Amino acid sequence: MSHLRYVRCVKKLWALAQRLWVFKTTAQRHQKVMEEEKPWALISEVGGDGLLEDVTDVLTRHFHIISHRDFLQNPRLHGPRIRAVFQWNAQPVAEPALLALLPSLKVVANGGVGVDHLDVGYINSVGVKVTNTPAVVSSATADMAMGLLLASARRIVEGHQVAVDPKAAAPIANNLLGVEVTGSTLGIIGMGDIGYKIAQRSKGFDMKILYHNRKRRSVEDERAVGATYCPNVDELLQGSDFVMVAVNLTPETTGLIGHRELLLMKPTATLVNVSRGLVVDQDALVKALLCGSIRAAALDVTHPEPLPRDHPLLSLPNVLITPHVGTHTYATTRRMVQMMADSALAVIQGQVVPNEVTAK
Amino acid sequence: MEENKPWALVADVLGEGGHLQALAHVLQQHFTIICHRDFLKDPALHGPKVQALLMWKYLPAAEPALLRLLPALRVVSSGGVGIDHLDVAFINSLGVKVANTPGVVADATADLAMTLLLASARQLLEGHRIARDPMTLSLPQDLMGHEVTGATLGIVGMGEVGYKVAQRSKGFDMEVMYHNRNRRSREEEQAVGATYCQSLDELLRRSDFLVVAVKLTPDTVGLIGRRELSLMKRSATLVNVSRGVVVDQEALVRALRAGTIRAAALDVTHPEPLPRDHPLLRLPNALITPHMGINTYATARRILQRVVDNAAAAVRGLPVPNEVTRPNL
Repeated sequence: MSHLRYVRCVKKLWALAQRLWVFKTTAQRHQKVMEEEKPWALISEVGGDGLLEDVTDVLTRHFHIISHRDFLQNPRLHGPRIRAVFQWNAQPVAEPALLALLPSLKVVANGGVGVDHLDVGYINSVGVKVTNTPAVVSSATADMAMGLLLASARRIVEGHQVAVDPKAAAPIANNLLGVEVTGSTLGIIGMGDIGYKIAQRSKGFDMKILYHNRKRRSVEDERAVGATYCPNVDELLQGSDFVMVAVNLTPETTGLIGHRELLLMKPTATLVNVSRGLVVDQDALVKALLCGSIRAAALDVTHPEPLPRDHPLLSLPNVLITPHVGTHTYATTRRMVQMMADSALAVIQGQVVPNEVTAK
Repeated sequence: MEENKPWALVADVLGEGGHLQALAHVLQQHFTIICHRDFLKDPALHGPKVQALLMWKYLPAAEPALLRLLPALRVVSSGGVGIDHLDVAFINSLGVKVANTPGVVADATADLAMTLLLASARQLLEGHRIARDPMTLSLPQDLMGHEVTGATLGIVGMGEVGYKVAQRSKGFDMEVMYHNRNRRSREEEQAVGATYCQSLDELLRRSDFLVVAVKLTPDTVGLIGRRELSLMKRSATLVNVSRGVVVDQEALVRALRAGTIRAAALDVTHPEPLPRDHPLLRLPNALITPHMGINTYATARRILQRVVDNAAAAVRGLPVPNEVTRPNL
């Protein structure tokens, strides 16, 4: 190569190297700036009773997160930085004492669709928005509702106990007869997102579907799942083999299923609750189960959660209880946390806020 | 007209004090029934009167020792569709017909298959245990299950039960694939959104949930063995509602221990019940039910009605609606 060409070549390489170096350090600086610009968010904890460790990366991509315990070490230092509270399992509790320590707080983003544990009016009054995670929880909760219905009807828990009991005299469980699901009547109280998905799933079992809701669904919606509207909930209670409760908790739905409603149900009927514990009068339920007003109950929710260890519901043989795991799949949990992060970012960045909940 | 009713020998559960005594009236429409325990008190006296052997959950067992005591026997009428527990050729050679009850077991069995699938996927039994545990003082945030909605369901054996499983899973937006000796019609496939998989291996590789719903035949013994389990996803769940020996149990135990598959839910094992010290009974990722596929009052009643109708036809010399003439069809 001639000397001139050599020099030109080296000059080009040097220029290229300089550009790459600049790019590299610019990228590093950009990332550093991004890191520093990430807003701070308060969570209860990672692991334990808090957020699943596997999904925290969804938050840390956009936020610096601090646990409640660490926050309390120095609230005056950490407090003013916090722009968002991510509530999981209703913690950290969004009460005035906490909010008073968070002068820069813009949003409480709740994991889950129910916000009955939040005083939305009060939180809004201090200039903080509330968001939840509707829709993304519906499929997993509907799946759980069907699982509870089937497991109760077919006496799976008792069956498994017989099958694995080391002391069992090895019977083939002839006496463990359950109730037929195929072709039976399902009454759905609360035909929102979750209730409707339950209807879609039960159609495959040739179940006859009755439903009761504040608002009637469209004719197309009804026809798609073969559901019949019951303007009177009593009619639904009397006609159903399985009563599925999938309502929001409001003052109107508190104690919706009490003595009277349980007596209207068939003695062969099963109650399934995936709403909130307070929607069912638990004392009335215990009495109804003991005296055979209904056959059985399957509950993913109770009040309180968990129940006191000596509560009668825990020892009744015809009660199936799961510890509020309606949304507990890895995929749904991840989607919920993503939605929480997106909503919180939208609030902080002053954009249109998806999934905001305001006081009614 | 009690004296005119032919005699039928039945399992103890249908006799006095038996768990299914309430359903005995179904049999008594056409027969005077004697339960096995009472029969054995004087077989020489009772034997020659018995024209029908009505079987419920493999009992009374239609073995040569018993059949020898029943010279007037016309029919062995078995409740359920599986006949792998009967030596049909031998029984026929005695001039005795065999009948089963297809068409009435499929709904309840498909319902149970879905129950096992959901219970395993969503950790229902573990949840119930935690909810009741005296040590539980807070909700377990780490009790996680696997998404059923939108998952891939592989059905091995697309007979009556397999097809009904497909129908049920459609409501969960599952992607349904199936493997079967014969392909179903296009209309049938479209009705449930099922895709035919010529290769069982492909089905195994792609399924999040594998439901085994085949008949037990020489071809299906050990159908799911070490090799098949190793082809499955590590996150997959095996559900068996066929017969225990369709799955190689030792291979399954190894696979569950090693995490080759995530979990198994079995309504059938071999033997039934398993010995009390069998490892399957202690694996946390094995859900076992004691062959309850048809265990609902309504289905049990329907099956017994069919058992009686088949037996009554045989005793009267009429064509038997559900006669089984060729074993392992």
